[in-house]
Amino acid sequence: MSDDAVNPEEVRHVAALARIDLEDAEVDRFTDQFADILEYFETLDSVPEVERDVELANVMRPDEEHDCLDSEDALRNAPESEDGYFKGPNVS
Amino acid sequence: MSENIFITEAEIAGDAEGPLAGKTVAVKDNISTDGVRTTCGSRMLEEYVPPYDATVVSRLKDAGATIVGKANMDEFGMGTTTETSYFGATDNPAAPGHVPGGSSGGSAAAVAAGEADLALGSDTGGSVRCPAAFCGVVGIKPTYGLVSRYGLVAYANSLEQIGPFAPTVEEAAELLDVIAGSDERDATTRTEGDDSNYAAAADGDVDGLSIGVPTELLEGADEGVVETFWDAIARLEDQGATTHEVSLPSVEHAVEAYYVIAMSEASSNLARFDGVRYGHSGGYDGNWNEAFGRAREEGFGDEVKRRILLGTYALSAGYHDKYYKKAQDARAWVKQDFDEALSEADVLASPTMPVPPFELGESLDDPLQMYLADANTVPVNLADLPAISVPAGEADGLPVGLQLVGPAFGEERLIRAGSALA
Repeated sequence: MSDDAVNPEEVRHVAALARIDLEDAEVDRFTDQFADILEYFETLDSVPEVERDVELANVMRPDEEHDCLDSEDALRNAPESEDGYFKGPNVS
Repeated sequence: MSENIFITEAEIAGDAEGPLAGKTVAVKDNISTDGVRTTCGSRMLEEYVPPYDATVVSRLKDAGATIVGKANMDEFGMGTTTETSYFGATDNPAAPGHVPGGSSGGSAAAVAAGEADLALGSDTGGSVRCPAAFCGVVGIKPTYGLVSRYGLVAYANSLEQIGPFAPTVEEAAELLDVIAGSDERDATTRTEGDDSNYAAAADGDVDGLSIGVPTELLEGADEGVVETFWDAIARLEDQGATTHEVSLPSVEHAVEAYYVIAMSEASSNLARFDGVRYGHSGGYDGNWNEAFGRAREEGFGDEVKRRILLGTYALSAGYHDKYYKKAQDARAWVKQDFDEALSEADVLASPTMPVPPFELGESLDDPLQMYLADANTVPVNLADLPAISVPAGEADGLPVGLQLVGPAFGEERLIRAGSALA
């Protein structure tokens, strides 16, 4: 077990950041599993710093109008919509 | 059909003529099909019906293929056995009672069972090659950028490519010819595949081929798998190939680097599933954070939650340098190692999977053990290289795959070499 082994509060904190509710049993299970997995990930410590090739370049195109998805198609999978807009939960 | 190969059976007819006229194709259920539901093996997208086709699907139709179904898969591509699917596990037609491999298990099983002539999967860390190996069929993971990802539901976009399955290397190459090539809708695509004729390379000529065998990818592999691997190598040597050992010291860190990068990208890519524009809704009581948290708790399975949470953790304040940055260093190191090894060999060979197919239900309780089974496939994705898995034979009656890795855009070389075996 490493120094900064995961505890249940940390799992709950990360789950809150990721917007995923968890049952208590899931928190306990993930706490155990994450300890093993993160301990394994820590072997990355021994990886040397490596010079990385920077060979990526942005691919640009002229800013021209194109056909796009019409709003009816875009809304078809929404559980709720109103007046051509997606309808979501309250923002506060 | 007892194998549970398809999540949705369909009949999407293509053009009357074309290189794939008369051929049936199974398409992994994370590749968008206009008007046919595309679930990603998840409750989250149980009722999602895409309003457009993925580029590879348009190309299949233009080539005359008929799509016969959306194939089962690990949820959002996260798994090595197809058992994390919300729609249940798929049985392995080549080894009943065993997993078909994952995450494109349904696609490989469709070809192995004769339910489709060909299939498409996606390979983020081995998800085409693993099921190809476990089901005794051919699978190709193309060079990053050879095949358009437009319409592929993203899991870890810097790593994944769509790739073909077929009973033979030549047929897999024919399908690759259809899907390869640049696409203005995917800015990461390149032009190398635009005028390809990979199928013509399937002539089985390995005379003079130099094969490097990375010792690290044989260490720890199952004895029967290693034996079958060397038998297949001997068959290539009989046809004029030569082999020598090579070393890839960086691959010792490939699995952890792969999982840190894949989980980090997944935590970002899967943030879009909030049940508002599409997908399982958490309802509209309470504020948006509560509604999103509920939608995602109900919509995602265990393995997806695990990866999103670990990815969120790896990217969170204080841990980014420790995990994500080191993983990127490891990725660059793996690339360098492959470049060096491929400067001394035409292709690199290893067992595709270090183990034979697991029994159904055997490996779900220990996620870390499942991740370690990807040791031979994930380095290839980290290095953006092409690889092929071809049937090497059997160990104790179970299929074993041989993986060949080549230089970037060296698909012809892999197809030529692989076609000497299948």
